[in-house]
Amino acid sequence: MLAVEVSHIAKSFADKVAVDNLSFSVAQGEMFGLIGPNGAGKTTTIRMMMDIIKPDSGEVTILGEKLNEATKNRLGYLPEERGLYKKLNVLDSIVYLASLKGIDRKSATEKANELLNQTSMSASKNKKIEELSRGMGQIIQFIVTIIHDPQLLVLDEPFAGLDPVNTELLKGMLADLRNHGKAVILSTHQMNQVEELCDRILMINNGQDVLYGDLSEIKARYRGNSVLLDFKGELGELQGVTDKRTHKGYTELMLDDITTPQQVLAHLISRGIVINHFEVATPSLNEIFLKEVGKKS
Amino acid sequence: MNKTLLIFQHEFLNAIKRKGFIILTLIVPVLALIGIGVFQLVSTDEPPLIETITIGYVDEASGFDQYTTQGYIELVHFDTPGDATAALINGDVTEYFVIPSDYLSTGLINRFTIKRQLETPPTIAIGIKNFLTSNMLAGKVPPETLYRIEYPLDLVTTILTETGEVATEQGGYGNVIIPAIFSLLLALSLQASTIYLVQGLGDEKESRLIEVLLSSVSPRQLLTGKVLGLGAAGLVQVVVWLASLPLLLNLASSTIGGFFGTIQLPANFLVLGIVYFILGYSLFAALSAGVGAISPSVREGQQLSMIYAMLVYVPLWFASFLFIFPDSPIWSVLTIFPVTAPIAAILRLGVTGIAAWELAASLAVLVLSIILVMFLAIRAFRVYLLMYGKRPAWGEIIRSLRSG
Repeated sequence: MLAVEVSHIAKSFADKVAVDNLSFSVAQGEMFGLIGPNGAGKTTTIRMMMDIIKPDSGEVTILGEKLNEATKNRLGYLPEERGLYKKLNVLDSIVYLASLKGIDRKSATEKANELLNQTSMSASKNKKIEELSRGMGQIIQFIVTIIHDPQLLVLDEPFAGLDPVNTELLKGMLADLRNHGKAVILSTHQMNQVEELCDRILMINNGQDVLYGDLSEIKARYRGNSVLLDFKGELGELQGVTDKRTHKGYTELMLDDITTPQQVLAHLISRGIVINHFEVATPSLNEIFLKEVGKKS
Repeated sequence: MNKTLLIFQHEFLNAIKRKGFIILTLIVPVLALIGIGVFQLVSTDEPPLIETITIGYVDEASGFDQYTTQGYIELVHFDTPGDATAALINGDVTEYFVIPSDYLSTGLINRFTIKRQLETPPTIAIGIKNFLTSNMLAGKVPPETLYRIEYPLDLVTTILTETGEVATEQGGYGNVIIPAIFSLLLALSLQASTIYLVQGLGDEKESRLIEVLLSSVSPRQLLTGKVLGLGAAGLVQVVVWLASLPLLLNLASSTIGGFFGTIQLPANFLVLGIVYFILGYSLFAALSAGVGAISPSVREGQQLSMIYAMLVYVPLWFASFLFIFPDSPIWSVLTIFPVTAPIAAILRLGVTGIAAWELAASLAVLVLSIILVMFLAIRAFRVYLLMYGKRPAWGEIIRSLRSG
């Protein structure tokens, strides 16, 4: 059973098309990146998945069925802009919102204490939400999102506003959840985070599908025929290498159409050159993003 | 636990913990107790000391020289208006009057005072009248007759039912006071609930918490839980007031007596008070939910809600008109118009009572309005839930309500 199946959804506001015939699926145990520039339609897509707004056309299936009260209890949603009851204290906020996910108060309190310990937030559990810093509030909202052990997590810009320590903490918790078979959808425009965490991605621009599929396959598709090399010794002439570009700390070797990186590596070893680093040059997701978004716009 | 019930519980507990709620709920019994306490502290068994007023008079008609003490008014004779004026300037008398020689044929009395007055104070006018009457009838009628001429009647009205029995309610100001106070409090309570509901929804929209809530519950569950939670809190408030009124009334009646002894609760007042609160609250809650849905911010929501929150006070603005023209058709209109119905009906209970058909029409229109507004509010809630920043145009609102 797929965690999410979105089929040909579309949504327009007044005269603006926000999402245009979008389809994708997310499997269980998968970390999925929903990426795109600001205003691409990511949040509208998520709101349609969460049944907060209705699509003009198309269908959304969550955990094998249309979203209903029982399915809502099995999903966790962290919206882009965070908000909690300012006057309520931390523990009461978590327990109330957890109870709306079908957990009884006793279990919710136990689990909340456990997660507050894990995130080093126990000391703040009796503080009012308005007394917390933005980053601390975000951690509390993340706890609210995962406290009911959801099968599917939808996180809209989860790392925005977090310091490096809390970013790493969140990444670790997300990796744990994925390893426990949960599906995680990350919506962000921080490409390095997606590159580090996600298995598959959907890139959208102007509400339309730009790139969709396995991240390593997409990167391979955009790979140029060159290698990055950090070495000691004299390179001299290399068969199949048409050009050499020197960058800070490494050299990029441009290969002709019939030479593979493996052949170049074998040739370098056979010539006794000391190799500190050898890498098939692959464009970063950020470069692919800029190329694709630039092309479409 | 059912999610609607969880939201209900959360909203109810938060509402009753608010400082504003606690103050408004306790202010009635606490102020009344303080009033009774203060009365007991300052009251003594001795009759109050009333200052005697000295009034001069010049008798040009002759024969007005007896009965110079009229209650606490002391009348002092002067020979000429000049003497009386001198005494007035010296402060020996507070005023004086002249009985002209042709008084018997004209009835004219000239009164002189240094105080600016709109008209002669009734006590002074009665004192002078009794002085003149007593002197003119002295020796001509027995003293009892003279007294009866001065105080000819003590009017006691008894209201009968349609079957000719003595009615339990005998009307009068004693019957009006409780409904009047209760209607004012009811209006305050409805306005406070409206403000709180619009603010709560606005806060959740502005902080985007609404998105988290809607990923857990449906708009219907959220709205129902909120409306019922705040309604229950309002009901607690009204029940505290209604329960404390008879107790305070008994206490005031036994301690202070007088006017408080005549205060009565109109029949069905307790039942209708609660029924009108529940229906009035439901209507205002539905209107507030609709306003909360289409308003992009708390501030704009509160401005819009003021339109109907102020209408609730209309019957109170016209309350004095009700005492003068209790049978005016305006009262029927205000009793049937749903936004003014709760306050108008409660107010009228104490003054004239309400005809059965009017009560039935008032309740029926109120119930139908609640159903209609609630239906539209849930639609608006769904359509405009995520509208941040800009309120949609009225034409757009009507179009989307039609299409749902």
